[in-house]
Parts: sequence; structure tokens; C-alpha cells
Amino acid sequence: MDNIALLAQAASADGATLVMLLTVFVLAVFVGFEVITKVPPTLHTPLMAGSNAVSGITVVGALVAAGAGQGALSTGLGFVAVILATINVVGGFLVSHRMLEMFRKKD
Amino acid sequence: MTDSHIETIRNLAYLLASVLFIFGLKGLTHPRTAVRGMQMGALGMFVAVLATVVAGGILSWTWVVAGLLIGSIVGVLMAIKIPLTDIPQMVALFNGFGGAASFLVAGSELVLRIGAGSSGADTPGTSQAVAGAVIPIQSLIAISASGMIGSLTLLGSLIAAGKLHEVSFSWGGKKVWMSNALLLPGRHAITGICFAACLIVCALIVMNPSTSAWYWVLVALAAVFGILITIPIGGADMPVVIALLNSYSGLAACATGFVINNTVLIIAGALVGASGLILTNIMCKAMNRSLTNVMFAKLGQGGDGGPSADDVYEGKVKTTSAEEVAMLFDGARRVVIVPGYGMAVSQAQHAVRDLANLLESRGVEVEFAIHPVAGRMPGHMNVLLAEADIPYDKLKEMDEINPTLETIDVALVVGANDVVNPVARTDPSSPIAGMPIIDVDKCRTVVVIKRSLSPGFAGIPNPLFAADNTLMLFNDGKKAFLELTAAVKES
Repeated sequence: MDNIALLAQAASADGATLVMLLTVFVLAVFVGFEVITKVPPTLHTPLMAGSNAVSGITVVGALVAAGAGQGALSTGLGFVAVILATINVVGGFLVSHRMLEMFRKKD
Repeated sequence: MTDSHIETIRNLAYLLASVLFIFGLKGLTHPRTAVRGMQMGALGMFVAVLATVVAGGILSWTWVVAGLLIGSIVGVLMAIKIPLTDIPQMVALFNGFGGAASFLVAGSELVLRIGAGSSGADTPGTSQAVAGAVIPIQSLIAISASGMIGSLTLLGSLIAAGKLHEVSFSWGGKKVWMSNALLLPGRHAITGICFAACLIVCALIVMNPSTSAWYWVLVALAAVFGILITIPIGGADMPVVIALLNSYSGLAACATGFVINNTVLIIAGALVGASGLILTNIMCKAMNRSLTNVMFAKLGQGGDGGPSADDVYEGKVKTTSAEEVAMLFDGARRVVIVPGYGMAVSQAQHAVRDLANLLESRGVEVEFAIHPVAGRMPGHMNVLLAEADIPYDKLKEMDEINPTLETIDVALVVGANDVVNPVARTDPSSPIAGMPIIDVDKCRTVVVIKRSLSPGFAGIPNPLFAADNTLMLFNDGKKAFLELTAAVKES
């Protein structure tokens, strides 16, 4: 097989991956709308803090970037990303928990 | 185990994490299940991180461990030290960090892939990079999206946090509050040009995959864009902006997921993106304004023909005292308290709780009416009142309480203004026309606790203050409630 055929094959594999990822994305958006619409206004602030923490999932990518051992720049960017994403995750869940505890103790 | 087995197990762990996130958010549909829900969310995050650490192909541990440690310590300290009243700005700050992490990861991946491309195919299987191959166009588009959304989320959130924290600074000898809307001359044009420039640089990134220079130009431009779209927004519109930035931080994570082909980032990011959009939509509806109007138009830029404050208030405003209000409570069966941002400012929630408990012990039914945009973030009032141990079933939503307001004997409005302004119903030319309000003017007696007759964010006078059934109690929110409690005890 020559290079062009290899490239074409790679491109079609990339295309299939992209379609798969887009499918996941669209379905997740629908799930998100279904679930979040039912959250009562009383819990909107904890929801923001909690969903905020969930968006810190970037930490997964940051860990790989910081630990791949592929050059100082790439590692450095990953390192800073790990710190920021971890603050986002840990802080977000803790603050959300602190607020929800206040709602719970009256039950 | 072969590499592909490890990869399969890792991806299954990511799937488990995604399911835990969805169950976690589902838990938030009721206060009883909410704590458990967030614990499931946190567990999901733990699973995802663990799977990455164990099976993510990490080769050098120094920076990974250091980053996790520093981030955890800072996160814990911030979350524990912060007073609950400062939560809006902290949520904004965390949002920004999430956005920043996303664009840094995308940047790191771009640098990595360019390196892999130029050094030939001698580094197979490391990270998600396709060694030696051209970077596919969809990856470049995703990298651009991540860089742009992440960077504008960071700077937008920092500005928003500054506004929420009431940061002020000196500018040419004058004190300037960040929370004021800053309107630059020609700001629409500047913002538009900046946005266009961002898109052009995105195109340059896609066309020049051999350098990461354009990526950092994009990050810088998007940062400026993030500042430009946040500074013209005033304090009372913050709930919308915070919700929108929340959505953006999710979308940035999503875009990064497309960069590194990782489904858990895409799913989690999409959930957060949807959540933020729903909240944005709820906040906009509660103000009867479109998102475009909130983002690009200034509310209440005086002189739009409405009646002046003097016309509305002249000779009609009746003031009252704590003792007089205490006597009103004597004959009351139902009392409703309508809190606004003023309650948060004066930290009145505990004093409010004391009065509510006292009245309840005397057989008065006390409820709270919460407008969706009262305060500086969605659900702000609910959190403050929950902090003061007020049961959540006492907190009524606007739509729930409005039909019953005619049967309320005394309505206590504390630090709220625009959300109880009947002009929204009566004057179609008013800047708040059509905004759903809490119809306290229909209660038998309305007591408005406020420091002065100054207008709310909309900048218009409130005829409620001059209505026949309204009494003004001019005082700071907290002091007023302390005096009211004392007066009720004496009577």
C-alpha cells in the first residue's frame, strides 16, 4: 500500500470516530436537558456548583498531558491544567456539598 | 494484558463515570436525594481520574502528582474557608479555572502533535497523538473551539467574579466599582471586530497545522472577547451571565473531548453545557428579556419617557416604624417575606429567620416568596435562607405563591425592588414591561424594608412604594428585622 492509500484509510477511520463522538455528544445533550429540567429552583445554586465541578472532567486530559513526558512545553501546560482542573473539581464538589447539607438537615 | 485490553477497561471506567455523573445530576431533582447525588458525581470523577492514572499511559509522575496535590489543597482550602455569602463569586472563579484547564489541555495536545509530526514516526502509541501523521482537520477545529471557548470562559468568569465580589479600584482619582456596567464607546463594533478576528485566527490555525503560534493568538483574542462581553453587564444581570459561563465551561470541556477523542469529557461537558443553557433560559424568561438583550443592551438608560420619581412618590409615601409593623402582625394570619439582593448585602437571613420563627410560634403562617432572579445567581436566596435553617418547603416559587397573595395579610419586602414593581404589569413602555413579578401589591398590607427610595437596577421608580396599602420601613435589612423581632416580643 502506498502512502496515499494509508492516509485515506486513516482519514476514513478519523471520520468514523468523529461521527461516533458527535453521536455521543448529541445524545448526552438530550439526557442533560431531560435531567436538568426537573431540578427545582431551590437547588439551582448547588446545581451550578455541582455541574461546575463536573466540567472539571478536563482533569482527565490534563493528567495525560502532564504525564506523557513529551517535552517541557506540553508537560508544563498539562501541569498547570491539572492544578486548575483539580481546584475546579475538588472545590466545586465541596462547595456544592456544603450547601446541600444545609438543605438536608431540615428533613 | 495487551495495550488494547487496558484501553478497553479504561474506556469502560469512563463509561461508568459518565453514568455516575448522570445519576448525580438526577439526584439534584429533590433536596432529599441531592447530597447522595453529588456524592455519586464525585465518585464518578474519582473513577475517571483513577482510570486515567492507572491506565492512561502516564509515564512521568512528578508533575501529575504535584498538580493533583496542589489543586486538591487549594480547592479544599477555598471551599472550606469561603463564607457562604461569597459562593456566587467562587462558583464564577471555579468556572474560569475549568475553562482555562480546557484550553491548556487543547494547547498541550496541539504542541504534542506538531512535535510528533515533525520528528517522524518514532513515538508510537504515546498519548492520543497520531505520530508522524498530519493532524486531521476535525482535530484542528476542535482545538480552535476549545481554545476560544476556554479562554473567553476564563476571562469572562474572572470579570464576573470581580463584579460579584464588588471589587473597586481607583481610576483617575475616582473610585470605580467593577459591578457597574462599563459601557465603552462603540463597544458593539469593538466586540464584533474582536469576534471576527477570533474566527479568522481559527481559520489560520486550521490552515497552518505546523505551528502552534496562531493558537496562542486565538487564546489572547478570545480573552479580550471574554472581557468585552462581560464588562457591560450590570450587577442584576449577573445570574444570566453566571449561568451562561457555566454552560461555556462545559462546552470547552466538550471541545477538548473531541480533541483527545475522549467520550467522558464529551458526555460530562454536554451535561454541563445543557445545564447552563437551561438555567440561562430560566433566568432570561424570569426577566422577560432575550439573551441578546441581556448581553448587548443596557437596561434603564434613563429618560425613556416614564414618570419621574417625584411624580410617583410626591406626598404619597407613608413611612412606618417597627412598633407599628409589630401591631400589624398581631392581627395577621398569613405573612409572606419577599427577599431580594438587599437581604444578601445586609446579611439579614438569620435575623429574618428569628422573626419568622417568633411569628410562627404565635400561630402566624410565614412563607417566603422567591423570584427566580432575586440575588446574584440562580437560587441565591434559597441558599441564604437554607443557611439560616429555614425549611425549603417554606420557600415558594413565584408561580406558586402569586395566586394566593390576595389572602396574605402582611407582605414584608426586604431588599427587593424591580421584582415587585407593578409597572411590569401595567406600563407596556416600561423597561421591565412583561417581566413576571411577585404581585405583593395584591396583599392586604405591604411593608417595604429599604434604606431609601433609590431605584433598583432597572433605574425606574416603583409605584408600589406609594401605593395605599404600602408602608415604607426605611432601615438596613438586618437592623430592621432585629428591631421588628424586639417589637413583636414586647407587644
